[in-house]
Amino acid sequence: MVAASVPSGYELTEEQRLLRDTVRALADERIAPRAAEIDRTGEFPWDVKALLAEHDLLGLGIPAEYGGVGVDLLSVCLAIEQVSRVCATSGLIIAVQELAAAPIVLAGSDEQRRRWLPDLAAGRQLVAFALTEPEAGSDAAAVRTRAVRDGDEYVIEGTKRFITHGSIADLIVVFAVTDPEAERHRRLSAFVVERERPGFRVARLEHKMGIRGSPTAELVFDGVRIPAANRLGPEGDGFAIAMRTFERSRPGIAAQAVGIAQGALEVAAAYARTRRQFGRPIGEFQMVAALLADMDAATEAARQLLYRACTVIERGGPDAARWAAIAKLVAGDAAMRVTTDAVQVLGGYGYVDEYPVERMMRDAKITQLYEGTQQIQRLVVARALLGRE
Amino acid sequence: MRIVVLTKPVPDPASGQDRLGPDHRVDRAAAPAVLNGNDEYALEAALRLVESHGGEITLLAMAPATAPETLRKGLAMGAHRAVLVTDPALAGSDIRSTVGVLAAALAGLEFDLVLAGIDTSDGFAGVVPAALATLLGLPLLSNAAAIEPDPAAGRVRVRRIIQGGYDVLEAPLPALVSCTQALGAPRYPSLKGIMAARSKEVAVRSLADLGPTRWPVGGAAAATAVVAVDPPPARGATRTIRASAVEAAREIADFLAARRLLP
Repeated sequence: MVAASVPSGYELTEEQRLLRDTVRALADERIAPRAAEIDRTGEFPWDVKALLAEHDLLGLGIPAEYGGVGVDLLSVCLAIEQVSRVCATSGLIIAVQELAAAPIVLAGSDEQRRRWLPDLAAGRQLVAFALTEPEAGSDAAAVRTRAVRDGDEYVIEGTKRFITHGSIADLIVVFAVTDPEAERHRRLSAFVVERERPGFRVARLEHKMGIRGSPTAELVFDGVRIPAANRLGPEGDGFAIAMRTFERSRPGIAAQAVGIAQGALEVAAAYARTRRQFGRPIGEFQMVAALLADMDAATEAARQLLYRACTVIERGGPDAARWAAIAKLVAGDAAMRVTTDAVQVLGGYGYVDEYPVERMMRDAKITQLYEGTQQIQRLVVARALLGRE
Repeated sequence: MRIVVLTKPVPDPASGQDRLGPDHRVDRAAAPAVLNGNDEYALEAALRLVESHGGEITLLAMAPATAPETLRKGLAMGAHRAVLVTDPALAGSDIRSTVGVLAAALAGLEFDLVLAGIDTSDGFAGVVPAALATLLGLPLLSNAAAIEPDPAAGRVRVRRIIQGGYDVLEAPLPALVSCTQALGAPRYPSLKGIMAARSKEVAVRSLADLGPTRWPVGGAAAATAVVAVDPPPARGATRTIRASAVEAAREIADFLAARRLLP
């Protein structure tokens, strides 16, 4: 043991370990048995959402004064990782609630926070983050949805696409153009839209390859009127709010990816210990053992990078976006590779739904796509590296 | 109701590590420590009692100095404070010494009920509750499946599991109850509970703080010694049957019948 020489601050704290172990037990005992069915039926797991709410897991990053737990980003990621290890759809419930509450936490006034955060923290309400549009994906500043001021109100007009929880959320944080003439990054503002507002409707739900229990919606805002008091921050701050949100939400997706990878690794290792071919466990064959060792190394490397990124981002500073992007890039690629190799270790059994690894492989793919594609993450990193905004 | 719950940090049974050192004693560095499983059931029972009758819960442990982290889980579940008796001189203590130390620690606490798990997953002796009650002169209500205190009357009633049914026992408070898993599964700590546990007190007591104990402590004073340890025989080759429930049941029945293991 060299514990005495480990610099303080590098290890997880006692609280973080207790949080991680508690969520792992909860996930193993209460969520894992549901995962295959959630994937098969494609139905949002309201029972899991209730379980997460009961254990304060939907208000992790929300400050305690607004009813949340108020833990740091690393603790949030530990929870997402442990739940995603058994069910990526369920892990995403935590991640999306964090993602979409972040603009209110980051840019909301005290009055706005008091109005919305307690219900989100308690899990009484769900919230969705609506930035992406049919023509504005990676090019987030190309949003076309308009918000036109009319007295004490705004009128919102437009379509949002690929909105996670869009069809079930009580609140939608919508990014819309308030000044089409402004320079590219000053055109957008952020608004909170309650789902019962007239003119709001869910146009369609996507049929997806993975995270099938998580509803992904196309949302239409047809002249939706909201009070000006629902705007988060000053007009024109929308793009900046979205980017600051991504600094905190991309690590959440990296955590989901690390969790999926860990889950697949554990299934593959257990299989390799018990599956016998040619008279011995397949794990004793070097080609299988090497696959497993590489899977473990990739998962652990992504995990440690993520934990480091969380502490850097929590501290703040100009390097946060780069760390968030690197963590998501490395973790998403690790998850895809590890889950693909897990299917390989299980062979034919890995390709059928008798084992969870084919589901994990399908779920892993989304971590390379949402919260910015891997290509966008590289763009963020390269810009930081080359010093160009 | 003032309830003391005896909680022992034990090597995590799920860790798969070899838990015995070469001296046949539990190697507490070999595996991460967790709260003894049956003690969590006792704590859950205490939490439910406090929820319906009011009161406070104190965890009491005799354990190495690293125990506060393990006890933190009990605090996160809802216990109000913890008392840890730790002292290098306690290493190697046997059951008799342990009972003497716990009795001395309890003498410094105010309580109506002491709850204990029926046994621990490292030692499995299961005699500490009875020995402690005897030494302290407390009524012992063992193998509890239900605990119904009547604080106003100063009495407690317990359903005690016996072969084929229950005894209903009643005793005056304070009393000591040994708790079975029939009392109900322990809760998960809530995240707010985990955060709140940070500010709860873990009072650390040395042997000197406790004052004299009934019997000498430490390995040299142990009245019993483990002279041999035999691991269970290795499991033979296993076979996994993959089929529908009905087919699998039939195959298992055939397998057992072929070995004359079915009547």
